[in-house]
Amino acid sequence: MERSYEKYFRQNRLPHLWCPGCGNGIAMKAIVQAIEKKGLSQDNTVIVSGIGCSSRASGYMDFDTLHTAHGRAIPFATGIKLANPELNVIVITGDGDCTAIGGNHFIHGCRRNIDLTVVLFNNNIYGMTGGQASPMTPLGKKATTAPYGSIDRTFDAARLAEAAGATYVARSTAYHVQHLTDMIVQGLDNQGFSFIEAMVQCPTAYGRKNKMGSAAAMMKDMQESAVMKAAWDKLAADKKENKFPIGVLYKEDGLDYATAYEAVIETAGGKNK
Amino acid sequence: MTEARLMQGNEACAEGAIAAGVSFFGGYPITPSTEIAEGMAKMLPAIGGKFVQMEDEIASMGVVLGASLAGKKALTASSGPGISLKQELIGYAACAEIPVVIVNVQRVGPSTGQPTAPSQGDVMQARWGTHGDHPMIALSPWSVREAYDAAVMAVNYSERFRTPVILLMDEIIGHLREKVVLPEAKDIKIYPRRKPACSRAEGYQPYTPDKDLVPNVANFGEGYHIHVTGLIHDETGFPVGSPKITEEAIDRLHQKIEIARDEITHTEEYFMDDAEYAVIAFGGTARTAYEAVKNARAKGQKVGMVRLMTIWPFADKIVKALAAKVKGILVAELNYGQLVHEVERAVAGKCDVQLCAKYNMEIFEPQEIESGIDKLCAGGKD
Repeated sequence: MERSYEKYFRQNRLPHLWCPGCGNGIAMKAIVQAIEKKGLSQDNTVIVSGIGCSSRASGYMDFDTLHTAHGRAIPFATGIKLANPELNVIVITGDGDCTAIGGNHFIHGCRRNIDLTVVLFNNNIYGMTGGQASPMTPLGKKATTAPYGSIDRTFDAARLAEAAGATYVARSTAYHVQHLTDMIVQGLDNQGFSFIEAMVQCPTAYGRKNKMGSAAAMMKDMQESAVMKAAWDKLAADKKENKFPIGVLYKEDGLDYATAYEAVIETAGGKNK
Repeated sequence: MTEARLMQGNEACAEGAIAAGVSFFGGYPITPSTEIAEGMAKMLPAIGGKFVQMEDEIASMGVVLGASLAGKKALTASSGPGISLKQELIGYAACAEIPVVIVNVQRVGPSTGQPTAPSQGDVMQARWGTHGDHPMIALSPWSVREAYDAAVMAVNYSERFRTPVILLMDEIIGHLREKVVLPEAKDIKIYPRRKPACSRAEGYQPYTPDKDLVPNVANFGEGYHIHVTGLIHDETGFPVGSPKITEEAIDRLHQKIEIARDEITHTEEYFMDDAEYAVIAFGGTARTAYEAVKNARAKGQKVGMVRLMTIWPFADKIVKALAAKVKGILVAELNYGQLVHEVERAVAGKCDVQLCAKYNMEIFEPQEIESGIDKLCAGGKD
């Protein structure tokens, strides 16, 4: 029996190239389920990605899809949204793509509050190139470019997004798949820059190097480490070690960029088209 | 006829782009190109278009490519240091065949160089700045009016060939102010965005080439569900790791420009009827070269000038024919010697080729080019 979300995939592009046990497929499915829940039209929705494991998702999804250059998904997506605000624009990116090479674009996308829904698949590693440390590789964890353990302090992309001006910031994991879908639905609801960090397991490049066990074991770790936002806020500081909050982490009202630009056109005496 | 106006080259470039249908600009401030961004910020919203100042030059290039994919004709403008940063996505535009125009108002380099003195040092960067094999179209205007016309032409070529086009201005023309009479809107030919010839149901593939080898890629939001990537792809738009497809894809990128090469190679000749020697120049330098050639004629030297408006693809045929006709060619350029190598290649030893180079922040004086002509006429001897 065909499942209702299958129509959102390009069946002839599957199976995907991700490794067995990879969490990217779960996050990708959560996106299409959110699209289905929102009832977004496939003709009117554009999926934009960067470069890396996560960013291969765009090719599997049956929409207008754009696989950009490394780190550049947000500028391309900004151009699409501003040129045609009628389109729903969803960005799929990774921890290296979004916070290293694309870091500046990420910050300024948040600042502009351009109406994009950005889903960051955080696998804590550069997977496509074989397991190098990313800005979101936890301190002390090993990578091929951090063979003695990473000494680089880690980005908290959610806090970064909030500080930079994103109007919706959330986090979930591949373990909490219904919750992840809900976080994306709420991101699509927000007319402005929405950022969702989806923690995904990478058993091949990250897990193996750090002796974290199977994909299932890594997901169990997520289950145990993730704390719902409300509980997190009440948690004593000493209990927060090795744990992280999930849920809607930040939300505010704010005028999105394309709508703000309509007023510029008005002031300049032009007609909105 | 429109009324005569006193206009700056950068201003003419911005207005020309709008006349050609540009409704989206993304940019980052850099002298000597900033007036283009400033002009666009003011003019575009007044016609319902969009202007966005991005966080950096890379993002400026990304945002215009996104806008172009969404169906808008798009422009960005910068100068050397910014153009260096844009190279990554200029290559993306070439590979994914996205129409876009990049204006480079050249200044002295390398690096920050001499801000913001005139130079023509980005001739080779325009051709080879981004990695990998790719074709390039670059146009270099020599007057304010031609900056307008070249902007129209650049936008049209980018749409017709679905390729990035570089409008290779220089500070001389960018900041020059002169009296111009612009064409009337009805007299401006506009190449519209190419349209898919069939529907998805009829088996539409976004990268199937048309008769002119250019694909009719749908805009986003038109229901075609296309995939666009900077990976080498086949007609479906999806990446294929095959030697055959790779070779075919790179062949077609080059061939679509190559088969139209004569048509897009614009040159002009002055005093060439009985000329035994020729000066080749382009952009702002061609204005000085013209003066020098006039002065040389007054002295009785049989010299003429060939001005290249199209820099890339290079005017091979015209220069080859020239080499068969004259005893010597002087290439005058405001750099250490770049285009001269292309001239030497095309001439292939058929006549003498000499370089008149200048790279000290200042524009040529006619006398400097006249000295070059004297030396050329003396067979290379001072």
